[in-house]
Amino acid sequence: MPKGLTPRLNDLKNEIEGYAREFGLDCFETVFEILSYDELNMVASYGGFPTRYPHWRWGMEYEQLSKSYEYGLSKIYELVINNDPCYAYLLEANAEIDQKLVMAHVYGHCDFFKNNFSFRHTNRRMIDEMANHATRVRRSIDKIGIEKVEDFIDRCLSLENLIDQHAPHIRRNPDPKLAEEQSKANDRVGGFKVDREYMRGFVNPQAFLDSQRKKVEDEKAKAKKFPERPQRDVLLFLLDHAPLEEWEFDILSIVREEAYYFAPQGQTKIMNEGWASYWHSTIMTTRALRDSEIIDYADHHSGVMGSAPGRLNPYKIGIELFRDIEDRWNKGRYGKDWDECDDLRARRNWDKKLGNGRQKIFEVRKHYNDITFIDEFLTPEFAIEQKMFTYGFNEKHNAWEIMDKEFRKVKAKLLQSLTNFGQPVIEIVDANDDNKGELRLAHKHEGTDLKGDYARETLRNLQSLWRRPVTLVTKSENKGIALRFDGTTHTEKKVEL
Amino acid sequence: MALRIDQDHSRFKQIVRGKIKANLRKYVQQGEMIGKKGKETISIPVPFIDIPHFKYGSKEQGGVGQGKGEVGDQLSPGEGKPGDGHGKAGEGEGEHALEVDISLDELAQILGEELQLPNIQHKGTEKIVTQKIKYTGIHTIGPESLRHFRRTYKQAMKRQISMGTYDPNNPVIVPVREDKRYRTYKLENLPETNAVIIYMMDVSGSMGDEQKEIVRIESFWLDTWLRHQYKGLESRYIIHDAVAREVDRETFFHTRESGGTMISSAYKLCRDIIKADYPASSWNIYPIHFSDGDNWSADDTRLCVEMLKTDILPTVNQFAYGQVESPYGSGQFIKDLREHVGDQANVALSEIADKDAIYGSIKDFLGKGR
Repeated sequence: MPKGLTPRLNDLKNEIEGYAREFGLDCFETVFEILSYDELNMVASYGGFPTRYPHWRWGMEYEQLSKSYEYGLSKIYELVINNDPCYAYLLEANAEIDQKLVMAHVYGHCDFFKNNFSFRHTNRRMIDEMANHATRVRRSIDKIGIEKVEDFIDRCLSLENLIDQHAPHIRRNPDPKLAEEQSKANDRVGGFKVDREYMRGFVNPQAFLDSQRKKVEDEKAKAKKFPERPQRDVLLFLLDHAPLEEWEFDILSIVREEAYYFAPQGQTKIMNEGWASYWHSTIMTTRALRDSEIIDYADHHSGVMGSAPGRLNPYKIGIELFRDIEDRWNKGRYGKDWDECDDLRARRNWDKKLGNGRQKIFEVRKHYNDITFIDEFLTPEFAIEQKMFTYGFNEKHNAWEIMDKEFRKVKAKLLQSLTNFGQPVIEIVDANDDNKGELRLAHKHEGTDLKGDYARETLRNLQSLWRRPVTLVTKSENKGIALRFDGTTHTEKKVEL
Repeated sequence: MALRIDQDHSRFKQIVRGKIKANLRKYVQQGEMIGKKGKETISIPVPFIDIPHFKYGSKEQGGVGQGKGEVGDQLSPGEGKPGDGHGKAGEGEGEHALEVDISLDELAQILGEELQLPNIQHKGTEKIVTQKIKYTGIHTIGPESLRHFRRTYKQAMKRQISMGTYDPNNPVIVPVREDKRYRTYKLENLPETNAVIIYMMDVSGSMGDEQKEIVRIESFWLDTWLRHQYKGLESRYIIHDAVAREVDRETFFHTRESGGTMISSAYKLCRDIIKADYPASSWNIYPIHFSDGDNWSADDTRLCVEMLKTDILPTVNQFAYGQVESPYGSGQFIKDLREHVGDQANVALSEIADKDAIYGSIKDFLGKGR
């Protein structure tokens, strides 16, 4: 059972929290709970939430976590939930120094959750919401039976990544009433009002009338198309338009809601971990560490920062980038003068002693996500210093190889891997394909083909929700193809793109 | 203590077992499971436990890494593959790995269940249980004779550095009682049953790579099962064309010779090995022979049958012959064996047409419970 903090740990918490506030971190209230290792593994398997609906994949996660813990391969130090109040879990068996480190790290995350723009639309009562979801799913299970419900959840999860990750910030579909009024105002088929009949031909020349008529007709044709414009939130579209039963609707909406809740964490992985690491390092090394703890601290800190050779560790890249930004803004290494300076010596010794670094990184943590963060602050110098490279699969040698170290390519590849979580962009383009109520999706091909067998399995799942045949248009080896599943068989057809 | 997750966990395990069972045929056929990792564990990909998504094919995608190395350097296996995996689990959700680790023992059990294999009745020997000491851990107390010098030294050094009493110019480390670390051990019971597999394979020109692959996969499964049944299984390997010789495992699976085939040469060697090293009274013996069924002459076949009847069959638990189909072989040998020794209880004969047939063949070999 989760336990509250011991008096000693509570003192430590107050101490660390004091440092965090002193540095200007702005957190939700943070509740720490102490768990034994198997409980921590459990909560981690549930994605951080102690109450989650029943599903085998938590068990799978748990199997992995507990196995790798038992074999000593890995250990979870810390777990934080984006919620108000923020919940964080500590591992009971950890030494005091570890608990301090974790607490400092947690306050970093907490501040990030509260202040980064990506999280603005997340539900801050998610702990309660998850518990509600669990109740709803359990109710369905009681009514419908576990096999059917679990099966349906599996199919929903298969489509889980088909959301529009920017949707919470944008209103995609304009208010229908407003749209109607606007289109009426634009309705000029009849031409402008004419007082004197002999002027008609001049005020409303035939060519103008024709072009207006055509415009309106186009507009109408578009409205006939359904959906009007490509729809990226496939889950929402299915909720609105697929012939789902009530319990299916309920479960799909749960899956969708949770996907949206977790999306910002995926969008800010590098920043979030970088920020938390920056703060645990700053708090520990300037305030909280005792002399006797320095070796253990260094050991564990380097364990977190270390990356398997050839891997990109978000903790490492994140913290180094924040430090780099702080340093550059402290020394005034930005702006027009800096960009235009070609003198290497001047650049190396550039220090305007502005001291804006701290202020700048606080701004950055508020207004950026991983993509804009990397796009704006990853410099060639940084990439060289961090020994970054791109890798790829060499068919000739049948092995993964380092492909390139050139800055532009490294950056492009990194940004590509972050865009849409490194997942393909797939949209619904037509829900009445071939005028037969078939669903047509299009993959925006960016140079990488889809994994074919997975795509077919996913289509099968999609079809089972939509009930009518579904088609996905994509490219394979530079040729357009349409994958189709009609409920019994998969077919593949060449198409012109 | 029961945790909430136990329900999900056991459900997952059921599915995995179900998955493994359902896909077992496929694994056996594709040989995906070969490749022991570490000592006992092997990784089994369970493809559909990963819920399918629309995603990129990983080989085409590549990514960004960090670390030493020049353009063109290979990343060692396991490095830089897409996916996430480090000590700290963040607050988000990670990517689901595709592999489930199960030990060879578990694998053998699943195999046994799936093929409905009977447990083997151990032959003759009474079970002598020996105890073995295994050093398994480190403790803070213990007898001085089991003190772990390096750990103790490290601990003392750590303490002295943090206390500030360590002087690099005079690096004397003095351990105190709290620094000392001792080995701890466990007693393990080892049942003393002796078993040996003698693999024989025809490596004459007519056995191609595909045939060898079949032998390799089949051997792996036989090995796994017998290892599950006997602790401390020995293996011997014989290859033959016109003459036979004993080789190590590596050579056994990779040699390719050419020339004629005299199966009797292998049986002769097998007989000699048994005579020299494995007295039938205390050993469970499993000779297994793979060939494409093409023998040099009818005389040689007669010699083989003779040797089986008089020397080999009386001493062994089971003699197994697997005939791999090959475009060149006549496939006559199995017919001869069937005719002459097919009615003996401890003979298992099996024809393996292609990889798909391995599954059935394993059952032929192990289904008798001998």
